[in-house]
Amino acid sequence: MSDVVKQKEIICVICPNSCTVTVKQLKSGELVMEGQGCKRGEQYSRDEFLDPKRTLATTVRIRNAFIPLLPVRTSVPVPKNKLNEILDVLARIEVKAPIKCGDVILENVLGLSSNIIATRSLDVDLCYKIACEFHG
Amino acid sequence: MIQKETDVVIIGGGPAGLAAAVEANSAGCKVMIVERDDGLGGILQQCIHPGFGLHEFKEELAGPEYAQRYIDMLGKTKIEVMKGTMVLDMTPKKEIFAINENGVVKIAAKAIVLAMGCRERTRGAIKIPGFRPTGVYTAGTAQRFVNIEGFMPGTRYVILGSGDIGMIMARRLTWEGAKVEAVVEIMPYPSGLIRNKVQCLDDFGIPLYLSHTVVRVHGKDRVTGITIAKVDENWKMVPGTEIFFSCDTLLLSVGLIPENEVSKKAGVKLGKTNGPEVNQFLQTNVDGIFASGNVLQVHDLVDNVAIEAKKAGKMAALAVKGMKIPSVNAGDAVPLVAGNGIGYVLPTKINTIVDDALVKETGTVKISLRVKKPANDINLKVKNGSTEIYKKFYKHMRPSEMIIFELDPVVLNGIDKKLPLEVYIEPKEQKEVAKK
Repeated sequence: MSDVVKQKEIICVICPNSCTVTVKQLKSGELVMEGQGCKRGEQYSRDEFLDPKRTLATTVRIRNAFIPLLPVRTSVPVPKNKLNEILDVLARIEVKAPIKCGDVILENVLGLSSNIIATRSLDVDLCYKIACEFHG
Repeated sequence: MIQKETDVVIIGGGPAGLAAAVEANSAGCKVMIVERDDGLGGILQQCIHPGFGLHEFKEELAGPEYAQRYIDMLGKTKIEVMKGTMVLDMTPKKEIFAINENGVVKIAAKAIVLAMGCRERTRGAIKIPGFRPTGVYTAGTAQRFVNIEGFMPGTRYVILGSGDIGMIMARRLTWEGAKVEAVVEIMPYPSGLIRNKVQCLDDFGIPLYLSHTVVRVHGKDRVTGITIAKVDENWKMVPGTEIFFSCDTLLLSVGLIPENEVSKKAGVKLGKTNGPEVNQFLQTNVDGIFASGNVLQVHDLVDNVAIEAKKAGKMAALAVKGMKIPSVNAGDAVPLVAGNGIGYVLPTKINTIVDDALVKETGTVKISLRVKKPANDINLKVKNGSTEIYKKFYKHMRPSEMIIFELDPVVLNGIDKKLPLEVYIEPKEQKEVAKK
């Protein structure tokens, strides 16, 4: 087929079947797919072909908690090619305990309509609390 | 010695322990969780990646978030949680001896749910020869360092084993600025989920060397490099296929072992999974002691852990309430054996004479298994002697993905109880496949 402008093999990760889907984009812009096992797989393969997205999960620094890191993630998947930029932003962030699981740490990161949310509740560390009381 | 008494004691406050506790509590029992760490959630707290709870909460949660859901549920109950408490001994009479900062605690329970999870296989377990330099870690240890403690174990990595933790760590380390040179797998296929291969290796161009293993760790004080080589079908190294990687760290993701030291002390018999032998009610050979989660069999999805643990919690509660839970040792318990192509199958035995009231509570008989190697277009079958009692078609089966299917208890009535139930796979006939 000469009117295929772009072709990609995508392994569908929607379910454990792991279908290998061949996606071809025709000159007209139309996508032709084969190998997908279901509707959700079709949608996944289309998205993965046109605009692959990922949920980014990482950590940011936290002060006054019993551990130095707070796990966070993007509230909705973000474009794959923006992950490194987001990581750069998050590397410069430091938050303070207490934090509740689900708290928004950063709104609308890089204008991508995804918030960075905390995925763990971390209270103020007891040692820190005692030190504060001691020093006033 | 501090003495306590309760209905159900759950050993372990990870995903299995939490789910079992919530279920036993809602069945009306007094429940206590004994957890050796300072907090609940177990290994989920260091699994900060998303992908948990898709089945249970219909959302893609990070590990700590999933744990938090259960911790919140627990907060609304009267379940007693003993943190920082390590169980040292357990008797068949269901007495538990534990230790914490207040000293020795003795807990008398009416039923126990084992939910201790598993631990990682180490370098010693796979016998990599050579010096013992700094820089060889299990993947889970590295995961704890990077995600919780805030340390990077090294800068350039080779990862041995393509289990899920290994692949997820490859991505995590890359994001934290490290270079992952290679992931090396002795089997001819990845041993973790395909999703993880796609999103953790392929996305970053990290090469996966299948049918390869580490043959030498270089360096005396610190790892300076790793040599890998191809292996043949007998896992013997093929000379001349060596590849050297300059690196400072080797991570091992080479399997998990259910942690059953405490189980053995109470006389709990272990089976092929290195976990307890159980019947369909998840009861071990010791009446009143139940097992669920990774202490029973290593799972790949936390949702399945929760389902299994809820069942164990419910069974423990029913036992406390006086319902007779059939024994694995009873004469009506028929062994369930792994036939052609099956690595292992659980439960170990299926009781065939079950009270109607209990059937009503438990429903179908859930059977879980792993195949020995990947296979396509196959029938999964169960036979009793020469009688086929179950058949289901599977397009794909992989060792990395646990298969769970359900048997109608009704079919068990008619079987020959002197013969085992054999679970096996066979290729579907070509004609049948073509029709599909």
